[in-house]
Amino acid sequence: MGLSAAAPLWGPPGLLLTIALHPALSGRPHRDYCVLGAGPAGLQMAYFLQRAGRDYAVFERAPGPGSFFTRYPRHRKLISINKRHTGKANAEFNLRHDWNSLLSHDPRLLFRHYSRAYFPDAGDMVRYLGDFADRLGLHVLYDTAITHVTLDKDQQAWNGHYFTLTDQKGQAYQCSVLLVATGLSVPNQVDFPGSEHVEGYESVSVDPEDFVGQNVLILGRGNSAFETAENILGVTNFIHMLSRSRVRLSWATHYVGDLRAINNGLLDTYQLKSLDGLLESDLTDLAILKDHNGKFHVTLKFFLEEANTNQSADSITLPQDDNDNFAMRVAYDRVIRCLGWNFDFSIFNMSLRLNSGSAFGKKYPLIRASYESKGSRGLFILGTASHSVDYRKSAGGFIHGFRYTVRAVHRLLEHRHHGLAWPSTMHPITQLTNSIIRRVNEASGLYQMFGVLADVILLKENATAFEYLEEFPIQMLAQLETLTGRKARHGLFIITMEYGKNFSGPDKDVFFYDRSVGHTEDAWQSNFLHPVIYYYRHLPTEQEVRFRPAHWPLPRPAAIHHIVEDFLTDWTAPVGHILPLRRFLENCLDTDLRSFYAESCFLFALTHQKLPPFCQQGYMRMQGLVSTETLRQHGVESRLLRDYATADRPLKDSSQQPGDHEPVGHHLAPGSLVQSLDSSKEEL
Amino acid sequence: MMMSSSFNVFRVWISFIMMGIFYKSTVASLPELSPQKYFNTLQPGKASLAYFCRAVLKHDLLIYTLCLKCNLLKVNCVKEDTSRYCGKEKDLMKAYLFRGNILLREFPTDALFDVNAIVAHVLFALLFNEVKYIATMEDLQNIENALKGKVNIVFSYVRAIGTPEHRAVMEAAFVYGTTYQFVLTTEIALLESIGSEDIEYVHLYFFHCEQVLDLTQQCRRTLMERPLTTLNIHLFIKTMKAPLLTEVAEDPRQVSTVHLELGLPLVFIVSRQATYEADRRTAEWVAWHLLGKAGVLLLLRDSLEVNIPQHANVVFKRAEKGVPVEFLVLHDIDLIISHVENNMHTEEIREDEDDDVEGPDMDIQDDEVAETVYRDRKRQLHLELTVELTEETFTATVMASDSIVLFYAGWQAVSMAFLQSYIDVAMRLKGTCTMLLARVNCADWSDVCTKQNVTEFPIVKMYKEGENPVSYAGMLGTEDLLKFIQLNRISCPVNITSIQEAEEYLNGELYKDLTSYSSVSVLGLFSSTMTTAKEDFTEACNYLKGYVITAIYSEEDVLILSNKYGATLPALLLVRHKEGKIESIPLSSTHVQDIVQIITNALLETFPEITVENLPTYLRLQKPLLILFSDGGINPQYEKAILTLVKQKHLDSLTPCWLNLKNTPVGRGILQAYFDPLPPLPLLVLVNVHSGGQVYAFPSDQAVTEQNLVLWLKKLEAGLENHISKFSVLFNTHSSAFCSINFKL
Repeated sequence: MGLSAAAPLWGPPGLLLTIALHPALSGRPHRDYCVLGAGPAGLQMAYFLQRAGRDYAVFERAPGPGSFFTRYPRHRKLISINKRHTGKANAEFNLRHDWNSLLSHDPRLLFRHYSRAYFPDAGDMVRYLGDFADRLGLHVLYDTAITHVTLDKDQQAWNGHYFTLTDQKGQAYQCSVLLVATGLSVPNQVDFPGSEHVEGYESVSVDPEDFVGQNVLILGRGNSAFETAENILGVTNFIHMLSRSRVRLSWATHYVGDLRAINNGLLDTYQLKSLDGLLESDLTDLAILKDHNGKFHVTLKFFLEEANTNQSADSITLPQDDNDNFAMRVAYDRVIRCLGWNFDFSIFNMSLRLNSGSAFGKKYPLIRASYESKGSRGLFILGTASHSVDYRKSAGGFIHGFRYTVRAVHRLLEHRHHGLAWPSTMHPITQLTNSIIRRVNEASGLYQMFGVLADVILLKENATAFEYLEEFPIQMLAQLETLTGRKARHGLFIITMEYGKNFSGPDKDVFFYDRSVGHTEDAWQSNFLHPVIYYYRHLPTEQEVRFRPAHWPLPRPAAIHHIVEDFLTDWTAPVGHILPLRRFLENCLDTDLRSFYAESCFLFALTHQKLPPFCQQGYMRMQGLVSTETLRQHGVESRLLRDYATADRPLKDSSQQPGDHEPVGHHLAPGSLVQSLDSSKEEL
Repeated sequence: MMMSSSFNVFRVWISFIMMGIFYKSTVASLPELSPQKYFNTLQPGKASLAYFCRAVLKHDLLIYTLCLKCNLLKVNCVKEDTSRYCGKEKDLMKAYLFRGNILLREFPTDALFDVNAIVAHVLFALLFNEVKYIATMEDLQNIENALKGKVNIVFSYVRAIGTPEHRAVMEAAFVYGTTYQFVLTTEIALLESIGSEDIEYVHLYFFHCEQVLDLTQQCRRTLMERPLTTLNIHLFIKTMKAPLLTEVAEDPRQVSTVHLELGLPLVFIVSRQATYEADRRTAEWVAWHLLGKAGVLLLLRDSLEVNIPQHANVVFKRAEKGVPVEFLVLHDIDLIISHVENNMHTEEIREDEDDDVEGPDMDIQDDEVAETVYRDRKRQLHLELTVELTEETFTATVMASDSIVLFYAGWQAVSMAFLQSYIDVAMRLKGTCTMLLARVNCADWSDVCTKQNVTEFPIVKMYKEGENPVSYAGMLGTEDLLKFIQLNRISCPVNITSIQEAEEYLNGELYKDLTSYSSVSVLGLFSSTMTTAKEDFTEACNYLKGYVITAIYSEEDVLILSNKYGATLPALLLVRHKEGKIESIPLSSTHVQDIVQIITNALLETFPEITVENLPTYLRLQKPLLILFSDGGINPQYEKAILTLVKQKHLDSLTPCWLNLKNTPVGRGILQAYFDPLPPLPLLVLVNVHSGGQVYAFPSDQAVTEQNLVLWLKKLEAGLENHISKFSVLFNTHSSAFCSINFKL
């Protein structure tokens, strides 16, 4: 499209400007936004900054984007699906099944143009990211390794401080906002005696020939461990896999970071007793001994501590000495560590107060649900490193998840620093059901980042209109007004996608009989991913969000509606999906959201004081919906419309249903339509 | 029913008596007694609950509700009574239970929060000896051990005393308390320790202790799975009493046991001589597992006279009459259990639906558009008459030719209803129209729609070369869209270049085929120097594009026209083609909006026939409507009378109009709303649409003459006429009956 080539990055104009502003900092170029890392998340943020015309730069230590993918995964097969056909034309919907593309306006920059493979090669990702940066003209400084980041207080700065970045040549850069998208780059190592004998995933041979006839022990139970095993499964004597916790299968947990079926060949051979096996033990209790033949033995750290330091390795107690059927009593030829990665905290100065999370979030920096660091304002973590927000829940650690969270962060920044409110569309209330149905059927952000990002509908006074905000981080709901610049004074709806509450888990049987729900009455028991609509009369407070019920993404609402799960994820059935949703909305708002033909509106206009919104906003503005003869016929057959042309006699007929009763003091046409319009809450 | 009679016993036995120091309740039917009298009436062995209060408390009504079902006495307690029960202030919040004249217990009245609580508490006190309340596992163990080989136990856990479940258990204890030992607990820990699941719910177990001979053996337990109600407990205990396994050798169709009477199915295990022992063991196993859910019988096939299918090993007979028995081949005992349980399950669901008043309505579509479109879903529309555009073809197509594009969503009912009209338009224009009719399904091509600023459906836009796209803002129907397309064939305004052409335009010759679409044609007259006025007029015309024919004339000889039609420049000439009248309006103001307003007003008629299409236009005037309802064409006399009044300015504060029921049959619905019974037509009605919605009818015994009308209107103005009907205030919340659905948290 009409994108010009990248502008000169650190040219004289920018330099002059910074000198003028900060004479003391001469030689230290300034950028409003600095992005660390030109991986998928960094490029995604760069794209949004570029489109918004912001002053930004991306720093990348490698000579090209996506350097992680030049090396990893070691066996080159990405496990993010590249589904090129869905049978649908809707581009937004198709993104639900495209886990590799970044968001952009350019349809050529869709990953399906880069690979035909369902599980594509990592090289294609590198090529794709390169094209993405080039074609969009993103400002990336390659071969620039930021080695040190500090924080400098300054009253003038947007956040009360600047971030100072120093590269390998000692060049410093000053940034108002720092967006860290460096991913997880440090291999996770567990320290135990003998860990020096262990090969790492990052350097182990990928040539199966090197493993022929060997006994292999793999430490770890993630996708990298299984990927490594898969590669050598056919040539080894056996593979044993050891880790602290039991295997978590992604199809049982509904978390894409858990073991994917494509890598689980070893589970098959283990369960079929083909010599491979899985074991659970805490790695920190272990020790690995190398015997005189160069083979490795597993023992306990405890035995090693007991033993004399000058004892030879061969004489140290092994578990099988006491317990002669100990499972790992064989000697191994190789021990391989596949324990995942950690965030690189080393370049950040203490002043940034960028800390790691506790417990299982240790590998991630501590951030808020808005992706801003808890330690310093204006420091955001993007991409894989931001996964602590939804670790083991949603897709925030993966391209198909963080492309949306990056967009959310960008929207927050646009409001915070440039006064642009969160993008929204305004609609009359008659479009409420439509707006929701449209989004739940196509939105990819809600679908991928289920339970994390949600659409927000802000009602206007008297619920005559509403404002629609897409993909807001729901944990920040209490701060919605300050974060988005939109007002939530008259109640709101939140639209999320959710799995059933007790459906997912490593120990759950997800194939049990009756696992799916078909009836609308049982919609709340839906197990598979389905839309859920929450209604609040007031914006929930921070307290309410923090102390929400366990496993709930949101605090208890005034009312909640589950759209029943759908096998085809197509929620457009008139009676099964749309009708219950409309009734729920009507109930919450105490209004009538049905649509009417002009003729019905005409009748109401001359018999009723207040018209349903559809007539008010359509017919009364001379935009009524005229029925065709065929449709009118169906209406008469369904008894929703009356055939006045043939009804000559005064009517006092049987169409009055028992239970319906006319309001006292006035007489109305007894057509069932009018009847149903007249029954009101007060009467019940 | 046997059960209800046994429960009536206690209702007679206990009487609840109310004593009020001053009792002002409207509940007048309570028998009244003084305290003195009350104590005299207490009979030995008869229990009564007395409740003392100074003022009417909410409990009065609750107790009253309960007492409707039993003998009831009301005692008047006079102020000077010194009875210790009504004297003390602090006792006023208490109720007392007497057996004879012995005080059994006193209750704080806030414990008696509802009928259930009252019954439960009273029975709990009366059956103090029959029902053991326990708190620890040890207690239960002791009771169980003591009763082994003697009596069966009914053990239940309820969340709290006074709940409906507690009441149900106590009522059962009242009936069966002498036959079984009832044990009650509110301790959840106890439930946990006997290994119950879902411990947050109430539980009732039957401990089969009677047959236990070995004291070290535990009593078998059967959990009642249905909800804890009096009826269910009764049914449950009944089935516990029935024999575990019965042997029969008759046609399963004829067999009947207590289970069938209780609505439970029967399971026959088909047995042969050869395998009798094994079959009996199987049947016993099944019987224990189905205890309380079904009756189990052993069917001795060899001595059976009727034939049953060769391979059938299980016969299933439902409790419902007229349902044929099922002959099943089940190779796994668990399948027998699951077959029974699955069938019970569906039965229960059906029960739920019956209970749920809202149930049936939930699925019934009450949206006329959605329903009619749905009913029409199988009909093939002639979609090929319009061009389907995609992301790839959209821009190229609308650039290449003048196009009308419908943006719709395939799943949206209103869109699909209008698509039918759109196809009708395409059919009508087939081969005659230079405009391309296209459509975009936004469910597929949402990006295209978003880029075209389409956020709602349906939307029609017109794309013309060199012009900004125009959104269609008229009625979503065939006729109006057709009119829009036809009128857009000519430019707006048309540039008239000669006097002769102008005359042809004015007499309708120039656009003969279009005058049927626009009842009025407008000609703007300007001298060539009036640049701004011309621009404003052009802009106003642009605004009215597709709704009215407009033209402009500003040649040198424009004065010929202005003189002829008595207009001062700048001016508008309005032609009403139907009437052949030409009027001139000076354009004193040249604001665009004013010009639009002038032209729009000119489109209004003085005495229009009101239709579905034009009502909103006339309602915009914010005046009450004076409607003449007519079955067919209008009576010329009436018309004349009203037109005269219009001329005399009597009707300036009203919008006089008439409605032809032949053209607008829905008018009949309006009349039915106003009148009951419907008087003969024609009818003259004044409808105050905008304030209050009162409807006044011109007396049908009077002739519609100018004088009568004026007189009637004067009376109305003076407030001397009563309205015959009023608009319904109530609208909306038709769906309030659905509160409970999907609100489950």
